[in-house]
Amino acid sequence: MSETARSAEQRRGPSTVGRIVRYVSLRTLVLMFTVVIGVYLTILIANMGGHVDNIRRAEIREGLVTSLSMDPEVRALKPEARNELIAAMVAIEEQRLGLDQPFVVRSFRFLKDALTLNLGRADLITSDSGSKMVRNIILERLPPTLLLMATANLTLFFSAIVFALYLARHYGSWLDKLVIALTPTSAGPAWFYALFLIVIFAGILGVLPWGGMVSAPPPESRLQYALSVGRHLILPVSAWIISSIFQSTFGWRTFFLIFSMEDYVEMARAKGLPASSVERSYILRPTLPNIITSFALMLIGLWTGALILETVTNWPGLGRLFFRAIGLFDTPVIVGNTIIYAYLLAITVFLLDFIYALVDPRVKVGS
Amino acid sequence: MGNLKNAWREIARYPSAIIGMLLILGLIALAFYAVIKIPYAEAIRLWRGGEEIWGEYPRNAQPSWTNLFSRTKRPPTIVLRSQDAATLKTVEALTEDSKDVTISFAFDFPYDAFPAEISVFFQANYEEKTPYASMSWYTPDGREIRLGQISVRRAETYRLALDERLVRRLNGVLPQQALFADPVSVTPVPLKGRYELVIRAHTFEATSDLDAKVVIYGQVHGLAGTDHRRRDLMVALLWGTPIALSFGLLAALGSSLTTMLIAACGVWFGGWVDQLIQRITEVVMVLPFLPILIMVGTFYSRSIWNMLLVVIGLSIFGGAIKTYRAIFLQVKEAPYIEAARAYGAPNWRIIVQYLVPRIVPILIPGLISGIPTFVFLEASLALLGLGDPVLPTWGKVIDEARSQGALYNAQYYWMLEPAVLLMVSGLAFAMVGFALDRIFNPRLREV
Repeated sequence: MSETARSAEQRRGPSTVGRIVRYVSLRTLVLMFTVVIGVYLTILIANMGGHVDNIRRAEIREGLVTSLSMDPEVRALKPEARNELIAAMVAIEEQRLGLDQPFVVRSFRFLKDALTLNLGRADLITSDSGSKMVRNIILERLPPTLLLMATANLTLFFSAIVFALYLARHYGSWLDKLVIALTPTSAGPAWFYALFLIVIFAGILGVLPWGGMVSAPPPESRLQYALSVGRHLILPVSAWIISSIFQSTFGWRTFFLIFSMEDYVEMARAKGLPASSVERSYILRPTLPNIITSFALMLIGLWTGALILETVTNWPGLGRLFFRAIGLFDTPVIVGNTIIYAYLLAITVFLLDFIYALVDPRVKVGS
Repeated sequence: MGNLKNAWREIARYPSAIIGMLLILGLIALAFYAVIKIPYAEAIRLWRGGEEIWGEYPRNAQPSWTNLFSRTKRPPTIVLRSQDAATLKTVEALTEDSKDVTISFAFDFPYDAFPAEISVFFQANYEEKTPYASMSWYTPDGREIRLGQISVRRAETYRLALDERLVRRLNGVLPQQALFADPVSVTPVPLKGRYELVIRAHTFEATSDLDAKVVIYGQVHGLAGTDHRRRDLMVALLWGTPIALSFGLLAALGSSLTTMLIAACGVWFGGWVDQLIQRITEVVMVLPFLPILIMVGTFYSRSIWNMLLVVIGLSIFGGAIKTYRAIFLQVKEAPYIEAARAYGAPNWRIIVQYLVPRIVPILIPGLISGIPTFVFLEASLALLGLGDPVLPTWGKVIDEARSQGALYNAQYYWMLEPAVLLMVSGLAFAMVGFALDRIFNPRLREV
């Protein structure tokens, strides 16, 4: 690069893309660090009763017993001699894996396993495909959860914004007052409204299914299957929307109203710009970071909220798996699921930062 | 004083806040009533006692007031004791040792539906030879139906529906239907009128005696109905109130006060303290709140007070810390803080007396709006099977109703009663918090 070109580059400063990349990579580093600490804390909490140790020991013993029982020479031994052999092998294996080391050292080993999603074996629960690996069980349950959450949240997000814009335009109308009056209903979580919806639509009217994701037996054709899943989605998604729509609409309507009182909006109106363009460029654009923050906060609350909603509506996702694992005291699944939740939360936070970098002019300018 | 009056006038402008406060007052009154009427130990005894406490209650009975909305009047439980004045008990000595004891229970049955079950509980006194009893049933139209014959041990229970010979004699119809049915009607309809159950017992010892209690279990019970174990749901509904209120209030108070103090300390001391607090907040944001709570509940203890501590611990470094921090950063620059620093006020004095009071207008609405979250959290934990092991709570009733299939069996009252109470308390606090938020934050008030 020539001398003049370089000085020109310096004058202009790094490009917008460069700034965003730097911002995002910095945030990624901080977040990765945060996730590591979060997962480590989870391990500390879970291991206080020695549960992670038990997972590991049981895994070692099971692996050894299976491999030794394949050996015809071992099978020929007397039971006492065989048990002695197994005990000796277990001791060697535990030493090899460092289970005789102090907990501080071992906890970092667990951290590595957890971060690489090496989650061990379930005690009792098996995946639908028959695997006992916690990772497989969890991966199998992830798509239904994502389907439910994505449908519910995207519907909620966009309908609330459109609704809020309408209310801001018709400020003081009876609909506006109704939404304000109904805002406190958002105190109830989605599972709570799901109970009422089940009573009304499944119990009394009988028009929607009681729960589950697809009718039994599952329909053969793909279209029928999708339709059946859609029918089962209606109830949990509605419950989710009812539990947050008024609060979100109220919050965003208020933001829009505050921003629409700014001088530059008045100016734009005075210039005679059409209402839709004022709304888009002078109200929506500056409030975008705020909207996205609320959206992300809602997403973070969602992982945990979906847990009980799934239980109540029998949705076969991560939440219901967690519920079953609690009932069966299946420690590896509980710990593994918690780590997955921590990861999902971290990914949410990361995506939020990334989107924030794209829409917030302050980040773009690099101040 | 004038300030308080002004604040009151402000609140009075919001009808929802008034309704909310009235609801909260009602709930507090209900909580006190519950604690005074049924002391703690008594509540646990009533909820976990066993068959002898709720043996006279019907199973899965609807609340009595449902009769008001239905054309068919379902019967409540009828309990008849041989000691009652209305019961006729005659003892006739036959020889020196043997006696004839006749107990005649008469009762009116003016209802449109059949009872749920019929049981006779005997209590007999004897040394060696057990008394022998036979029972007969007299309908209002004068028919006599022979019931079972049993030798009565010290405490004997005769459940009519379990007597196979009796059921066979009634052509396979359950006794609670067959004994009350109108013989003329084609569809099974109970015959209204005065029924009589007569126990004719023969005792074989001079000191031997016999008493009985007839329980004709109804289909409705009390104001709240009963659950699958015959327990009166009223106990759980009443006792759920103080538990829900105290859990919500303590959790909201504990978490928001500590959060505020920590935010104030971080802003005041700045530097590494502030940095550390911010980093911890970010870590806690990644920690999954409910799963960790569940892990603690599964591995250690499900006591509601233990859960409360964990909830507060996990919420201290919650998202609210960022809001408080932003406000404290503004307040910190105020001239009166500088003045305080100039005359050498100690750190704690500035934090507690000058910084913290400025945030109260934001803290109080947030605190009150936060209460429903924690009230519902307790119910959520109960729904996951992590409810308090001994105390009856609303969430545990919902959980039991769900796991016993109350919705499929159309026993809606069982789930809806605690759910409505949850909703009322959630809405009450949310309404007041929402109005306070609009009063204290002028920017919201304008729009």
